[in-house]
Amino acid sequence: MGQTLFEKIWDKHVVKTIDGGPSVFYIDTHFIHEVTSPQAFAGLNKRGIKVFRPQQVVATADHNVPTLNQHLPIKEELSRLQVEALKKNCAEHGIELYGLGHPFQGIVHVIGPELGITQPGMTIVCGDSHTSTHGAFGNIAFGIGTSEVEMVLATQCLMQSKPKLMRISIDGKLNKGVVSKDIVLYILSQITASGATGYAVEFAGSAIRSLSMEARMTICNMSIEMGARCGMIAPDEITFGYIKGRKFAPAGAEWDKKLAYWKTLYSDADAVFDKEINIKAEDIEPMITYGTNPGMGIGVSGHVPALNEVDEKEKPSFEKSLAYMGLQPGANIKGKKVDYVFIGSCTNSRIEDLRMVAGFVKGKHKADDVEVWIVPGSKQVEKQAIEEGIDKIFAAAGFILRQPGCSACLGMNEDKIPAGKYCISTSNRNFEGRQGPNARTFLASPLTAALAAITGEVGDIREYYSKSELVNN
Amino acid sequence: MSKQISIIRSTAVPLNMENVDTDQIIPARFLKATSREGFGKNLFRDWRYENDDETKPKRDFSLNKPAYRGSILVAAKNFGCGSSREHAAWAIKDGGFDVVVSSFFADIFKNNALNNFLLPVTVSEDFLQKLFAAIEQNPATEIEVNLPEQYISIVSSGEKESFDINNYKKTCLLNGYDDIDYLLSIKEEISNYEKEHVI
Repeated sequence: MGQTLFEKIWDKHVVKTIDGGPSVFYIDTHFIHEVTSPQAFAGLNKRGIKVFRPQQVVATADHNVPTLNQHLPIKEELSRLQVEALKKNCAEHGIELYGLGHPFQGIVHVIGPELGITQPGMTIVCGDSHTSTHGAFGNIAFGIGTSEVEMVLATQCLMQSKPKLMRISIDGKLNKGVVSKDIVLYILSQITASGATGYAVEFAGSAIRSLSMEARMTICNMSIEMGARCGMIAPDEITFGYIKGRKFAPAGAEWDKKLAYWKTLYSDADAVFDKEINIKAEDIEPMITYGTNPGMGIGVSGHVPALNEVDEKEKPSFEKSLAYMGLQPGANIKGKKVDYVFIGSCTNSRIEDLRMVAGFVKGKHKADDVEVWIVPGSKQVEKQAIEEGIDKIFAAAGFILRQPGCSACLGMNEDKIPAGKYCISTSNRNFEGRQGPNARTFLASPLTAALAAITGEVGDIREYYSKSELVNN
Repeated sequence: MSKQISIIRSTAVPLNMENVDTDQIIPARFLKATSREGFGKNLFRDWRYENDDETKPKRDFSLNKPAYRGSILVAAKNFGCGSSREHAAWAIKDGGFDVVVSSFFADIFKNNALNNFLLPVTVSEDFLQKLFAAIEQNPATEIEVNLPEQYISIVSSGEKESFDINNYKKTCLLNGYDDIDYLLSIKEEISNYEKEHVI
């Protein structure tokens, strides 16, 4: 019997398996950031031990950092202390830090791939659930807690039980105006926020193969929102082309050797998955969420489920969710007024996302009563946006291009959506209070968010395309 | 933090909500600490208080109801989804709980709980509904969670169900062992693996 992509990588990284228990699982690359690492370093210090393989750890500051005036000291004391603690810990343990002011600083899941650190066949962890992003390159990448951060710092290993395996295949041609964020929100709406718990998920099929690396990362990023241990996509020419020539990518003979190995990383034709889900690309519409978990999504032209469409057991959660969102069962989402637009986060803050938004808003201006925040994923994304003149398009549209960080995705810094306000956001979570206490979040693609920025309400990007095509013709 | 779990007999606090995410368990603004202590006072902060005001507890939230006390939290399916923040497990443990019962746990939360000697007990949906019914009918209902024999029971009615846990983790919890102690003890094997593992 053939092996799945997951099994090929898993087997290579098992140091040993305990009888009837988990495996000792080796980690190639460990990303750390300021929020989930301080207690782990404190644990090492208490034991009087050093980081085992500091050259396999890469650090950045992203969760807590301001996205304006990054050259000034961080105003908020606790945030500043955390960022300073990271700096001190990295210096003491010999870990490379791309901190504030460094040209490589940015959201941890944006900088790993863009620096060529993230590669196929690896095992990657980080004290952040969206570590699943890196799986877009065909590796096993998952989020861990702080005790586990401490284990990896101390031994480069974790105790892991092998998850079940699921393949989600999306075949066919995507409709105009439908992008990778819509694919993943559609999957979530079909299988729910717990639909992949206990599974490692491989995304496959012709629609996935047609996507750029940035678009693939958006999908793997949100595999954790289905509960998946990790999400992954087999590497191909698009993957290799993206990696080649990047700062830490292999070069010369090393490249040839790695490439030969990477080309073996796919699920064999006769590999068996515990669960298979097939989706037709044509069925996917531009998506939006209406509730307080990412599985509560609908096509923008659809309506919030009516009470009689909801399972009896789920009613208390459903009603609580709608009350929080200020929405009625059965209501339309289209035409709903928004107050804020947030384009950023490890889900959608890469150069391709900013290009997509700029392409749409060029020559247009934001609606008067909407505030628009664009937060690039990294210093390199910011630099490239400026080089391409994207910053000028945003300025002309009345958008604010801020500096890199996690920002309003989780509102740990000053970038919070005020209570009761509606924000259409390209981030990954619409949980209660996620973007600020009592803030209300609609998750959507960068295109759907850009449309809302211009019109001030939730709209259907396909109508815009059909209209503009009529005008052009 | 108590570093051993064996048999726990206690009343329980019901939280009959599905998909309770770690942002609710401990909101992001409380993640700025650099120590592991003191998260319990902010457990479910925004569900417990109106407008973040400790003088205005929300009366209908079960953790605020005086009738519900105990070291066992019983929650509906997909508990602990979302962010990997271990602070969620720290907050629950520091908030006085030793066990969380649900029909379904998110993976990362489950590991974080186990690493903090907070026992996640997965029960069938049917048994979960029985637990909710028993606790809501009589908040003084005692629940027994027996790790050595791997069962959970409603003491008054004798209804019980067995639960799964792998032997390695069970041994850790019963004896107060950490994964990190084990991993540190096999560092030589890890170094040998590294020598052989060159791609």
